[in-house]
Amino acid sequence: MTSSGAAAARPTVLLRADRVSRRFGAFTAVDDVSMRVGPGEVVGLLGANGAGKTTLIRMLLGLISTTLGDVELLGGPPDLERRRSLGYVPQGLGLYRDLTVRENLAFSSQAYGTTPPDLPEALRPVAGRLVAELPLGLQRQLAFLAALAHGPEVLVLDEPTSGVDALARAALWDTIHEQAEKGVGVLVTTHNMAEAEQCDRLLLMSAARLVAQGSEADIIGATTAVAVRTSDWARAFAVLNEAGQPVMLAGRDVRVADSDADQVRSVLAAAGLTAEVVGVPATIEERMMVLARAPLAP
Amino acid sequence: MTYAVRSAVVRFGDTLALDDVTLLVEPGSVVAVVGGDGAGKTTLLRSLVGEVQLERGQVDAPPPEAIGYLPATAGSWLSLTVAQNMDFVGGIYGLSGRDLASRRDELLGRAALLDSVDRLSSQLSGGMRRKLGFCMAMLHDPPLLVLDEPSTGVDPVSRVDLWRLVSEAAAAGAAVVMSTTYLDEAERAANLLALDRGRMLAGGTLQDVLDSFAGAIARTATPQRRGWAWRRGREFHEYWPTTAELPPDAVAVIPDLEDVVIAESLLRGHDSELAS
Repeated sequence: MTSSGAAAARPTVLLRADRVSRRFGAFTAVDDVSMRVGPGEVVGLLGANGAGKTTLIRMLLGLISTTLGDVELLGGPPDLERRRSLGYVPQGLGLYRDLTVRENLAFSSQAYGTTPPDLPEALRPVAGRLVAELPLGLQRQLAFLAALAHGPEVLVLDEPTSGVDALARAALWDTIHEQAEKGVGVLVTTHNMAEAEQCDRLLLMSAARLVAQGSEADIIGATTAVAVRTSDWARAFAVLNEAGQPVMLAGRDVRVADSDADQVRSVLAAAGLTAEVVGVPATIEERMMVLARAPLAP
Repeated sequence: MTYAVRSAVVRFGDTLALDDVTLLVEPGSVVAVVGGDGAGKTTLLRSLVGEVQLERGQVDAPPPEAIGYLPATAGSWLSLTVAQNMDFVGGIYGLSGRDLASRRDELLGRAALLDSVDRLSSQLSGGMRRKLGFCMAMLHDPPLLVLDEPSTGVDPVSRVDLWRLVSEAAAAGAAVVMSTTYLDEAERAANLLALDRGRMLAGGTLQDVLDSFAGAIARTATPQRRGWAWRRGREFHEYWPTTAELPPDAVAVIPDLEDVVIAESLLRGHDSELAS
């Protein structure tokens, strides 16, 4: 099967890793990871720096080989022919900063053998401007446009929304969802945990392994947190921090990840502090923090 | 005392970088300045530390030696080790000998950088380098701490460490102001100030900001006015000026900070990128 086939020939799995590992010398960057992305799916890949996300992506794209296991792009090895059906926006955007908006699009279209796309309203007034002079939000929009112009079946986005404001972020997610609705499979990494809700499914990597997957609720699982409401957050914070509790500021309250309310109450009581202490569901960030403290916990 | 930038107007050539912006920073609390690229966050923080001249307005800040400042772009010297960076900055503030060593080790310990004292700053991960920058800004125990995007590009786990350091400083009495592009970080601060193209979009506690939002937000699969709707997962949220105007079949939602910031940005006449 070739990637340039008609839509009818589209495979049911667009990106697949089957028990994939990658070692660099003695260092294992990716350890026994299996995952897949199907047509029309938006899959979020989460994890700390060094968790193995970028190495996994580079294997899926065929940019580096696997040490163990197989990867597939559009039903076969990720070769040059199949990569024609791929749209990739790297973290650095992959634009030529000293070319204009129009020149960048002409260049990328030529590379894929297509005609340059029409400019959306936001980019029309800046068509002749150098990319380096554009605000980051417009640069990201342009990078998307260039990656989408050849009608890819798979989209891989590495931190597509980093650094832009809420409105520009919303515009980029609009584009991502529109692609998914056309049947494009999307794999997206983000450091913004609030964006987890934009994904149909999440993959969470920690220390080279895939440690959780599913919905946000699946990832959080049974992890809980404790919310502490008090008139003196500073003392509550200091006392809990001193006691080695993973305490976080939350507005004028504090939260403790992966602890139980009784334990928190007793630490506060010992310091003579009165507070309202309630067990609450953890956030996905708190779940990641717990995993980072004990990466191999189930 | 309250540190402040009041009614600030700053112009760079033809560009109005700050347009009547007020920032208040109380001791023992964290204020988050939130916005995207070009919102004016850096200009506002540089105004507070005296690096930018105001066209109009007023700055109440302590003398430079009482400010700890982490700039957005740097924060440490890449060709120096972690220890050398700390010692160099300590020297500037007149710290030396045992005082410097104990303060340095205490801060690096809290930042989990003690194992990396002999590594060059250039060899640190992004998150570790921002933590080092924070420690350098904190070394002389300043009453005012000004942090320009300490967490941008930092992964979620390192960001939790950074927030703990920031919270510790505020709990110990420092006035802390930090800028961020992450709305969830703004929610975590005692007060937030949302900026958009040099103007104040919203400010106060999270509750103040949510309470002062006048519009209504509907959850829908098929928005009626595409330019006033944005995605939340597979569904849309759509802005309506009042609850009375919500379409009969619309499901009203309680707006969160993201809804409010997007709706206010649209109302300020942003060229609607959403409509395209």
